[in-house]
Amino acid sequence: MKRFSFSTVMLWVGLLFIYLPMVILVIYSFNASKLVTVWGGWSVKWYVGLLDNTQLMNSVGRSLEIAVYTAIAAVALGTLAAFVLTRIPRFRGRTMFGGMVTAPLVMPEVITGLSLLLLFVAMAQLIGWPQERGIVTIWIAHTTFCAAYVAIVVSARLRELDLSIEEAAMDLGARPWKVFLLITIPMIAPSLAAGAMMSFALSLDDLVLASFVSGPGSTTLPMEVFSAVRLGVKPEINAVASLILLTVSLFTFFAWFFTRQAEERRKRAIQQAMETMAEEAASSNWKPASTQTA
Amino acid sequence: MRIPTLKSLLPNGRHLVIGIPFFWLFLFFLLPFAIVLKISFAEADVAIPPYTDIYTWADNQLQLILNLGNYLLLSEDELYLAAYLGSLKVAFFSTLMCLLIGYPMAYAIARASKEAQTVLLLLIMMPTWTAILIRVYAWMGILSNNGLLNSFLMGIGLIDSPLQILNTNVAVYIGVVYSYLPFMILPLYANLVKHDPSLLEAASDLGSSTFNSFWKITVPLSKNGIIAGSMLVFIPVVGEFVIPELLGGPETLMIGKVLWQEFFNNRDWPVASALAVVMLLILIVPIILFNKNQAKELEGKV
Repeated sequence: MKRFSFSTVMLWVGLLFIYLPMVILVIYSFNASKLVTVWGGWSVKWYVGLLDNTQLMNSVGRSLEIAVYTAIAAVALGTLAAFVLTRIPRFRGRTMFGGMVTAPLVMPEVITGLSLLLLFVAMAQLIGWPQERGIVTIWIAHTTFCAAYVAIVVSARLRELDLSIEEAAMDLGARPWKVFLLITIPMIAPSLAAGAMMSFALSLDDLVLASFVSGPGSTTLPMEVFSAVRLGVKPEINAVASLILLTVSLFTFFAWFFTRQAEERRKRAIQQAMETMAEEAASSNWKPASTQTA
Repeated sequence: MRIPTLKSLLPNGRHLVIGIPFFWLFLFFLLPFAIVLKISFAEADVAIPPYTDIYTWADNQLQLILNLGNYLLLSEDELYLAAYLGSLKVAFFSTLMCLLIGYPMAYAIARASKEAQTVLLLLIMMPTWTAILIRVYAWMGILSNNGLLNSFLMGIGLIDSPLQILNTNVAVYIGVVYSYLPFMILPLYANLVKHDPSLLEAASDLGSSTFNSFWKITVPLSKNGIIAGSMLVFIPVVGEFVIPELLGGPETLMIGKVLWQEFFNNRDWPVASALAVVMLLILIVPIILFNKNQAKELEGKV
């Protein structure tokens, strides 16, 4: 294949298109000038000013809190959904279940947000809960749509897994839950970590859903940024935006790094186990039967 | 089994495993749409919540009053019709542009070495996890009248006076393509990477040109990826709110923005619900198409 084919050129141009605006944003967040478009030398004063902005800092704390809860719940829910989709071939309502798992991926956010708010309002009238919309309602909204992403990532992994290891454990008398916790979970751990990071980032990022289902006094960081951005481009916002970009990039990088490491460790362990088995088989007259793997 | 009586009362593991995600999604995803449908037939009211009940129970009579006024309003007021058409137009052309830009990019990634693939995918994926809001905001600074793009174009002498790009439809297209490009590339890559290169070799042995074998072999084989990517871009863009709000101007009419205004500014919940119901009806075919495609992917029978 040619080194500089049309597609390779497009790839680099595309990556430039994706990253250039973000790089420019970060550079201009260090602009000393009050005018956003005029370069006035390097300065970190906009970052320093952020720390004194208690309203902003409160919303950062709230967003982080929601993101942590969302990551935990979305991984649990998404993994269960992925497990059902890949391991339970037939049950009543399976088609509907599959649809409900993937639909949140594409559903326009304004529709999801509006419908969830109307649900919460109806529930408050009917059963008196939730009295106040806030962290819990935002968490429910975020979990529902992040679980779809987790389900996609985890089911891709579950499909690749070698079923024979789980079957071997079952043959040796392990109960399904034990097999799931001791064998399946460790094997899908990298994708669980990736799903958790993804949910964390998605939750931290969401504006539309949070705007619908939040109550007064529970403003999240994107809502705060949005109301400031609406009034135009400002250097403080450049600083906030750069910090968000930095945080999420670091998270993504670590997610990728640890996933890769775990994957390599797993491969090495499997290879080592195979080698020891082969050696044992060679030194004795035993054949490597399946019972020996335990 | 020591206590069989208690055990038989508890739901078994299988029911629990299916039941938990099913219940959650039913309660927080499916049921809410029924409520939206219900409220779209209500009347706006000065109350908390700001709409009337559509059924009443008095004298052993259940009265169901469906107010079709909201839907009539949608069909009579040209603003709403224009907004629906505007959204569909923006979504269609953005999807096309994403496909034209994203296909070669996905192709190049799928052809790269295994190591490079991981890094490139990460580079593509990273922006999708970082605030769509912030990436759109970055463009506000670039596209404004005294922004970087205009300064650059004037600096190299291509134009004399700044171009008005921010607050026009052009800015909306730039923002949409920019934000949704990764969602086109990822499913295309997932599809393209599975192709068997020996098919292309065989075609070239039989004398087919590179473009001919690309068009006759690669493109038809990647049909599922194209569908998934296009739907992943088209459906959310129809309801997009942030991009037209920040980059668009008075000429930009998109339904997501109109719904947002009806809900938050006019506090007319029933009309907002009716707008959502009609949007959902428009999108039902693409959503089913996407779900069928995705269900196949999830179960691994591609």
